[in-house]
Amino acid sequence: MAETSTRLAGVRQAPREYVWIARMWVRSSLAYPTSFWILTVSSALITLLDFVGLALMFHTVPALGGFSLQEIALLYGASGIGIGVADLVIGSVEQIGAYVRTGGLDSMLTRPVPLLVQVCADRFAIRRLGRISQAVVVFVYGAWWVDWTPAKVGLAVLMLVSACLIFFSLFVTFSCIQFWTLDSTEFANAFTYGGNTMTQYPMTIFPREVLKGLTFLLPIAFVNWYPCLYLLDRPDPFGMPSWFAVLSPLVAVLTVAVAGLAWRTGVRHYTSTGS
Amino acid sequence: MLYAAVAARSFRRFSTYRTATLAGIFTNSVFGVIYSYAYLALWHQRPDAGGYDATDAVTYVWIGQALLMTVALWGGGTTDDLAERIRTGDVAIDLYRPVGLIGWYLAGDLGRAAYHVLTRGVVPTVLGLLLFQIALPADAAAALGFVVSLVLAVVTSFAIRFLVACSAFWLLDQTGVRMLSGVLAIFMSGMTLPLVIFPEPLRSIALALPWASYLQTPADIWLGQRTGFGILTGLAVQALWIGVLLALCQVVLDAATRKVVVQGG
Repeated sequence: MAETSTRLAGVRQAPREYVWIARMWVRSSLAYPTSFWILTVSSALITLLDFVGLALMFHTVPALGGFSLQEIALLYGASGIGIGVADLVIGSVEQIGAYVRTGGLDSMLTRPVPLLVQVCADRFAIRRLGRISQAVVVFVYGAWWVDWTPAKVGLAVLMLVSACLIFFSLFVTFSCIQFWTLDSTEFANAFTYGGNTMTQYPMTIFPREVLKGLTFLLPIAFVNWYPCLYLLDRPDPFGMPSWFAVLSPLVAVLTVAVAGLAWRTGVRHYTSTGS
Repeated sequence: MLYAAVAARSFRRFSTYRTATLAGIFTNSVFGVIYSYAYLALWHQRPDAGGYDATDAVTYVWIGQALLMTVALWGGGTTDDLAERIRTGDVAIDLYRPVGLIGWYLAGDLGRAAYHVLTRGVVPTVLGLLLFQIALPADAAAALGFVVSLVLAVVTSFAIRFLVACSAFWLLDQTGVRMLSGVLAIFMSGMTLPLVIFPEPLRSIALALPWASYLQTPADIWLGQRTGFGILTGLAVQALWIGVLLALCQVVLDAATRKVVVQGG
């Protein structure tokens, strides 16, 4: 009993501890102000130019995979907000291999703050707000053309929250591989940033097998594709059931559970490098 | 001889990160597949966009993935070591060496590029061949031209990254400029979208800038969009930019060594 209540207290304190560490890193990043501002601008510019690339494609063709630029903006914005928020809050988990290699994880394990909080808050980069704001602008542009109803507003909110959680889980799950293979940061990128890039396009450009994989194996299609089909009043081009649109929150909870499991297994497996 | 030794050791140094290489190849391939489908969707509707056919477009994607690390589009390579040594002050030792600073780091970077082209260049290309039947250079001139153009691409990218690293002499920390430069390189090199399908006048401007060297020029030689004299002019423009950029590197380096007090000493 006593153990449970201390653990609960620990969980309740976690957000505050996270904010403390994050604030420290914000202060430290301002130590090189020129670099900080250039980084913030470039972080917005990366995704902006990414979208300019998409828009330039539409200079050549009127639709991509049967979707207009406005519709793709909705997909793009939702996915961008999802990965942007996840990256801001826990993106540093990508560096877990470096902590294992340098032995930094050992000192973190001795501190009275949950390990995941420490790892995620480490090198907290407020500049990543640049990327989120750009995604919000694109999302608003896409949302401008949607015929909104109360149900659609509700679904859109659920979609954005689920998108954040699914990307959160992708970051954590695939970073855990680094507990076994140290310098494989880029492997996770294929799923996090790769998933982001994939969901920027309508799934109709991919073959049916790819969509199935992204629905049942690695449920990235629930980040934006299924909810957006509902928002855009489109029948599913692949003939998937229409109630998939409301499944995103459930999928998000499932992926978070998998991520939690991966994290626990990873930490249990961890043996110090001894340095 | 000395430079060859530096390059060889740099090659070996980068070849120690085996899992990282494997993970990188996997990621390059995933992005290759995504972009291939995106481009196929576009070229399906406009089968002649930018003078490419669908096969050319997909080939372009896989050349891009193969060159991403080789040309160090995002930054990185030996210039990162230089920037770190400027930040810590260790660059003072480099400046004492009886070897030119630019040549030393360029040799190291060419060694790195050689390793990356053999691993992260070749494997995605083979995968592209298997998955999407990409086009191979049509004749020996195209193949040879591509190789020369690729070397020039690495040197161009090195010169720009060297300038970025030198910003640390004034800013102490290169990360901001490095990222900005990477963002520009990704877009202006045609990695986001082939420069040939940019609308005018953006297309002509982008094609004249040094970043076109990174991907568009080598790719066009590979694809046979440039043949005969076209190959030579492409290589000449690349060489011209290298001349300008390396001269600029020397000017900046001279200014830095004259005016800046090295940290720690």
